Amino acid sequence: MEVKKGRIIWIAGPAVKADGMLGAKMYEMVYVGEERLIGEIIRLSGDTAFIQVYENTSGLSPGEPVYCTGQPLSVMLGPGIIGSVYDGVQRPLDRIASTVGPFVKRGVHVPPLPFEKKWRFRPLVKKGSVLSPGDFVGVVQETPLIECKIMVPPNSKGGEVVSIAEEGDYTLEDVIAVLSKGGVSEEIKLYHRWPVRTPRPFKRRLNPEVPLITGQRVIDTFFPIAKGGTGCIPGAFGTGKTVILHNLAKWSDANVIFHVGCGERGNEEAEVLTKFPELTDPYSGRPLMERTALIANTSNMPVAAREASIYTGVAMAEFYRDMGYDVLLVADSTSRWAEALREISGRLEEMPAEEGYPSYLASRLAEFYERAGRVETIGRPERVGSVTLIGAVSPPGGDFTEPVTTHTMRFIRTFWGLDPNLAYSRHYPAINWITSYSGYVDTVKVYWESHVSKDWLELRSYVYSILRREDELLEIVRLLGPEALPDEEKLLLDVARMIKEGFLQQSVYDEVDAYCDAKKQFKLLRLFAEFHKLSVEALRRGVPLKSIRSMPIIFKLIRAKSEVRNDEVEKLDTLLETMKSEFEKLMAKEVMTTI
Amino acid sequence: MSLSKERRSVPAGLTYGTISEIRGPLMVIDGVTKASYDELVEIETKDGERRLAKVLEVGMDKAVVQVFEGTQGLSVEGTVARFLGRIMELGVSEDMLGRVFDGLGRPLDGLPEPIPREFRDVNGEPINPERREYPSDFIQTGISAIDGMNSLVRGQKLPIFSGAGLPHNMLAAQIAKQATVPGKEEEFAVVFAAIGVQNDEARFFKESLEKSGAISRSALFLNLADDPAIERLITPRIALTLAEYLAFWHDYHVLVILTDITNYCESLREISAAREEVPGRKGYPGYMYTDLASIYERAGRIKGKKGSVTQMPILSMPSDDITHPIPDLTGYITEGQIVLSRELYRKGIYPPINVLMSLSRLMGPGIIAEKKTRADHGDVSNQLYAAYSRAVQLRALAEIVGRSGLSAIDIKYLEFGDLFEQKFLKQGYEENRSLDETLEIAWDILSSLPEYELTKIKEEHIRKYYKSKSG
Repeated sequence: MEVKKGRIIWIAGPAVKADGMLGAKMYEMVYVGEERLIGEIIRLSGDTAFIQVYENTSGLSPGEPVYCTGQPLSVMLGPGIIGSVYDGVQRPLDRIASTVGPFVKRGVHVPPLPFEKKWRFRPLVKKGSVLSPGDFVGVVQETPLIECKIMVPPNSKGGEVVSIAEEGDYTLEDVIAVLSKGGVSEEIKLYHRWPVRTPRPFKRRLNPEVPLITGQRVIDTFFPIAKGGTGCIPGAFGTGKTVILHNLAKWSDANVIFHVGCGERGNEEAEVLTKFPELTDPYSGRPLMERTALIANTSNMPVAAREASIYTGVAMAEFYRDMGYDVLLVADSTSRWAEALREISGRLEEMPAEEGYPSYLASRLAEFYERAGRVETIGRPERVGSVTLIGAVSPPGGDFTEPVTTHTMRFIRTFWGLDPNLAYSRHYPAINWITSYSGYVDTVKVYWESHVSKDWLELRSYVYSILRREDELLEIVRLLGPEALPDEEKLLLDVARMIKEGFLQQSVYDEVDAYCDAKKQFKLLRLFAEFHKLSVEALRRGVPLKSIRSMPIIFKLIRAKSEVRNDEVEKLDTLLETMKSEFEKLMAKEVMTTI
Repeated sequence: MSLSKERRSVPAGLTYGTISEIRGPLMVIDGVTKASYDELVEIETKDGERRLAKVLEVGMDKAVVQVFEGTQGLSVEGTVARFLGRIMELGVSEDMLGRVFDGLGRPLDGLPEPIPREFRDVNGEPINPERREYPSDFIQTGISAIDGMNSLVRGQKLPIFSGAGLPHNMLAAQIAKQATVPGKEEEFAVVFAAIGVQNDEARFFKESLEKSGAISRSALFLNLADDPAIERLITPRIALTLAEYLAFWHDYHVLVILTDITNYCESLREISAAREEVPGRKGYPGYMYTDLASIYERAGRIKGKKGSVTQMPILSMPSDDITHPIPDLTGYITEGQIVLSRELYRKGIYPPINVLMSLSRLMGPGIIAEKKTRADHGDVSNQLYAAYSRAVQLRALAEIVGRSGLSAIDIKYLEFGDLFEQKFLKQGYEENRSLDETLEIAWDILSSLPEYELTKIKEEHIRKYYKSKSG
């Protein structure tokens, strides 16, 4: 496979220069040194190539060889991806650990997919059919949840099926079909390769109008994201970015989840690996790992592989999208990816733009987020798939005006801004409802109206206006104290507090509360809206604020989120009726005393 | 000395006398034909003095090295550089417990050098995330603000964010003295790395370890304020190399205290400036996050191994600014932080822990979700947070509008805030509270609030522990 050989002439950390590289291509994958460390060409000048090396370069010397491969950095796509743990360049960490022990060593070459394993293949086409790129050839049950469709690769020429394997057990290297076009034949295997930096083709983009239900109330109800949409979560450290991303990965109604840990903590990856197999998917009842794959390039692993990790992730996500699945990719954190970009750029002595980041930071971010989308895929049968991209951003000092946050905001449509003050008082998820926004509210409205209730948007706006009004009132309270407000506004502050505690806050560690389905969200929201309407009414009829404040039902409303399970939401209707009758009693009593 | 001991049959290293430039801590050597990145270099002056250096950058005929002991007194003429053909390693053994070393691992206590069992790369290797064991053993530190609200877990990295003059050393020493895992009364081995701290501070730690008898299972690595600054880049790595060896090859539970990370970062900045790199925030290099991660990520547990490395780095926030790059980047890597507050310290409260800004990321998933401690622990912690943060907000409000502008329930919260600081937070340096005692105090003070305000606590716990006035 090696076509050329160069020679190392300079080394500084992950950046290596080599000469004798005439004919090498940009973004070509190379093997560096006697130990054959994986690298990628990122600049060419005459016969000198700049290479970023994806492994630790300690001990590497000038004069050692560089082997070209003629191939761009690629991922291997086929059954076996789901349930795996990869590093930033798709090396399988689980199988590396079983060969070299618990520490990541370099120069270890283990293929990304298990070549020894036999998969049960079932053909979908017959000899003589004519296939084009993207067409299904057959299927393999990859996990109990995911059926991996074996497709004609997008870069294939297609052609007539000359031979097709019968249903049976095959390894990845077995030829399962041969296509022929114009006398040229092409072998189809269970896997193919795809360059990570090239988006996979599709027929056309569709409007993202189906919400990604995440089971997180503040997200689904107030700041929804659509399947095929883009979102970001910026927040200072300790505001709970990672916990939110984990929750999205756990509870979203996507078919396949990719969790990209890009320069983050090793123990967090361990958490995913320990907890996900124990948790069950609320939609299928199966272990979550059967629909999840992890890319874990922790902060102490080589920095160049961190740069590659989000492309590795998104290329795999597009592969499952092409099968017709809804795929969610969460990247934690894109700031660390941007820093990797900055570090490599610095070593190349490029002219820095803002805060030392290279001038192409914005265009790289745009390229990444543009790979999201709900699309009609290429190939037959006709199908729709989506890739939803959500990135955490870690702004230095929690300052949202820094380059990575500001550029990201240009390319995403849902913004969940995390607020340290909420986190300090342990209001989780610490998503600030004033600064956050979603560009999908109007597009996902149709789904909520047809699946949950036609009052959804109206109710959402009503409750949201209470929260906005509270924000204004708090400004006044800060100057004059709460006692200076009229009763109706004091009441609004109380209701806003109830909404915060009983709706916006959601506990990850409470079995009932951790995942809240769409119907329960709607019914909970209605309880608080009704409470507000009824109490305003009561106040107008002369019921003193004190009596409203001491209604025992308030306690029940706030706890309803963790006491009513998703499968018994009718209890919330009962609660609503009880509340109404308590208000009636209160008002009747008041009328009695005034008479 | 364990670091430079020749043990491999390298061709005794190539020696060059062709020093072309000395600039800050860097030295440029010309005509180098065979050198590797990260290789260890021995510098020898005309009068036979030896110093250690490391290759930062290497080309076909030139190498840039950083000299750990500094370049003062070095000359381009007459100085020779010997390339040792290996990267920096530490000779490790269990006999290093009970001993005191300098910042490069050479004995300082006048005793002979321990015989190394093995030599290890001081940079270590990243633990494969797939082989990490998720930390979930609760460590009782005996300090209420930590145990009750920010529990420390075996294998965690939990830094102390402090400021000049605050009692972070006392707190770290108290933790080192008291830390146990209830039910598994194994003792910790302590590895202490002083990074550019004053003599007094290092002596305080040593004495406190001696007093508690822990010195025999401790190893101290001291780079003091008057030691070479560039050496500080190696001291924490040496300490962690020993800690990993003890934890993962000899089943020790190791508590590593690194103080003060701020000095480490300043040395990093010095090297970066000397290399004329594009600076990031406040002149610190753009790769500081990655560099700090290569230290902090060396905490953890490994599947199938008994031992653990728990890290407690201490850093002083320049001008108490938590958004300064050093605490900021640290907070993004570590699993939470314990923040000390000057305001509480001035009020005479020890330990002056600002609980609202403090956090233990492993407490929720590691301890509460796994129900490793008492069933009410999580709820009580949440309620304390919610109530105390409300009290702090109301305090600010009361400054402006006066107490009369507040409602009766608001006044209750203000009182709760004082109780919290005086009864729960405040404790003695010698006071070792069990978790039960901590929770008992928590229920005492929470019971000053009306029952219906405790919305974060499950009813069953309220029935069991709430102390109603009538009862």
